[in-house]
Amino acid sequence: MLVYLTAARLSFRRYVTYRSATVAGVITNSAFGFIRAYILLAMWREKPHIGGYDAADAVTYVFLTQGLITPIGVFLGATELGPRIRTGEVAIDLYRPCDFQGWWLATDVGRALSALLLRTVPPVVIGTLAFPTDLPADPRRWIEFAFCCVLALLISFAIRYLVSLSAFWTLDERGGASLLLVVSMFFSGMIMPLVAMPGWLGTTARALPWSGTLQVPIDVLLGTNASGFAGALEFQALWALGLLAVGRAVTDAARRKTVVQGG
Amino acid sequence: MADTLPDPHPAVEAVAAPTGASTPPVSSALAYLLLTHMWTRAAWQYRGSLIILTTAQALSTCLDLVAMLVIYSQVSTLGGFTLPETLYLYGTTRVAFAISDVVASGAEMLSEAIRTGTFDVMLIRPVGTLPQVLAEQFTPKRFGKLVPSTAALVWACLHIPIAWTPAKVAVCLSTIVCGAVIYCALWVLTNSISFFATDMREPANIFTYGGELITEYPFAIFDRPLALTLTFAIPLAFVTWQPSLYVLGKADPFGLPGFLRFSAPVVALLMSLLAAAAWRTAVRHYRSTGS
Repeated sequence: MLVYLTAARLSFRRYVTYRSATVAGVITNSAFGFIRAYILLAMWREKPHIGGYDAADAVTYVFLTQGLITPIGVFLGATELGPRIRTGEVAIDLYRPCDFQGWWLATDVGRALSALLLRTVPPVVIGTLAFPTDLPADPRRWIEFAFCCVLALLISFAIRYLVSLSAFWTLDERGGASLLLVVSMFFSGMIMPLVAMPGWLGTTARALPWSGTLQVPIDVLLGTNASGFAGALEFQALWALGLLAVGRAVTDAARRKTVVQGG
Repeated sequence: MADTLPDPHPAVEAVAAPTGASTPPVSSALAYLLLTHMWTRAAWQYRGSLIILTTAQALSTCLDLVAMLVIYSQVSTLGGFTLPETLYLYGTTRVAFAISDVVASGAEMLSEAIRTGTFDVMLIRPVGTLPQVLAEQFTPKRFGKLVPSTAALVWACLHIPIAWTPAKVAVCLSTIVCGAVIYCALWVLTNSISFFATDMREPANIFTYGGELITEYPFAIFDRPLALTLTFAIPLAFVTWQPSLYVLGKADPFGLPGFLRFSAPVVALLMSLLAAAAWRTAVRHYRSTGS
């Protein structure tokens, strides 16, 4: 267990080192929040209630997604494993005396914690100062939200890990990663809240794993999740465990297939 | 504008072009074409990946399109604009931005080139720095964005309820050309900041990708101070909003004078001059990061 904690801690330290990049990222996330807030506010002015959200909910949603995009890794198509498979450095990772998937999960948790610490709060605070928002005061909601965010990261990691593993067969995960990025941006609810999507598109979007990365945790915080906190946990945990299990099976297949040259 | 850039670094210049500093052996335009050709050949070595990447670029353009359709599935007008009218703004923005993306988004690599020191290598080469930076890591995948955006624009042009006159056709075409020039200038201008501060790639995105998102929608959704800022301080209004008011036959919700609708070419020219001046100044003040 200690090895995973150390991996997470070192990964955390690596990401918090670049302070000016953090400031730049916060400014960028907040600015995009403003643009998206204006678009949604115009939409909500025409129709004051959409998918159970009022205008304040919609704005809160926008700035929460802007704050969570980096820690949850919605804007990442893969993990740092991909380039290591391409260059062959993965041979070293395969020799490590610890679980391969666990090792990469630990580094991703370190990355997520650094982003959570530095990049999540500022856009939400800035959004709250600039617009009427609807953040709950009830501490229980925030604790439930924290649980959902952990599961959201697991789902996001499990999918990105699978895309990274594809490099064992295709030698280049970048094509797959860029496709995943498009799918993840849309079906996480980053571009448009999933609750605003009509008919079959909305039903499909809300059933896919990506809805568990942003829409579900935020709905738990806003108190607008149809099946409550328990339903949210069940939905997220099923997708997270299922996808992590697939990742495990694919890791084994890759391990059997890989031939390390030399030495 | 690239042709007029002087070689910025006298000491290096003497090494690179001892026979005459003011006339580089290869013109900027030719250098740009040669470099992009080289990068295209490099990308073509990974054909499967290139095809997937191009598809992903096309799909990412469709995403905002779907988002717009989702909005109009809930409401019939947005800021007083119907779906075909907003799609006209979307189409002109996206086509103009896609052209600027093909030509000038290499500027995004500048931050990395300065940090890692590869910009120093560019200064030694007997070619202007701007064409080298713009061609850096060129990839034909960027053409993928043009397909859905052109399709959306054609659909919108056929469905907006206006009578097309020669003047409107001319303004529509000029919207795309001037929009592309303004975005090219923004790529260069915003990324020039990288010469003075590190890690400026992301904030530059506010004006390029953020600008793209802003001009896709009718400015009527913004409040007055923001709309005026986006007209006179950061002239994004001239990419599509102002000329499109003329084409769509709409009144300006902020009551600005009518001549602004035809000012896009002037703004594009001014932005280009500003970008060229910023680049020249920045390169002149460049001090390598290394020891």
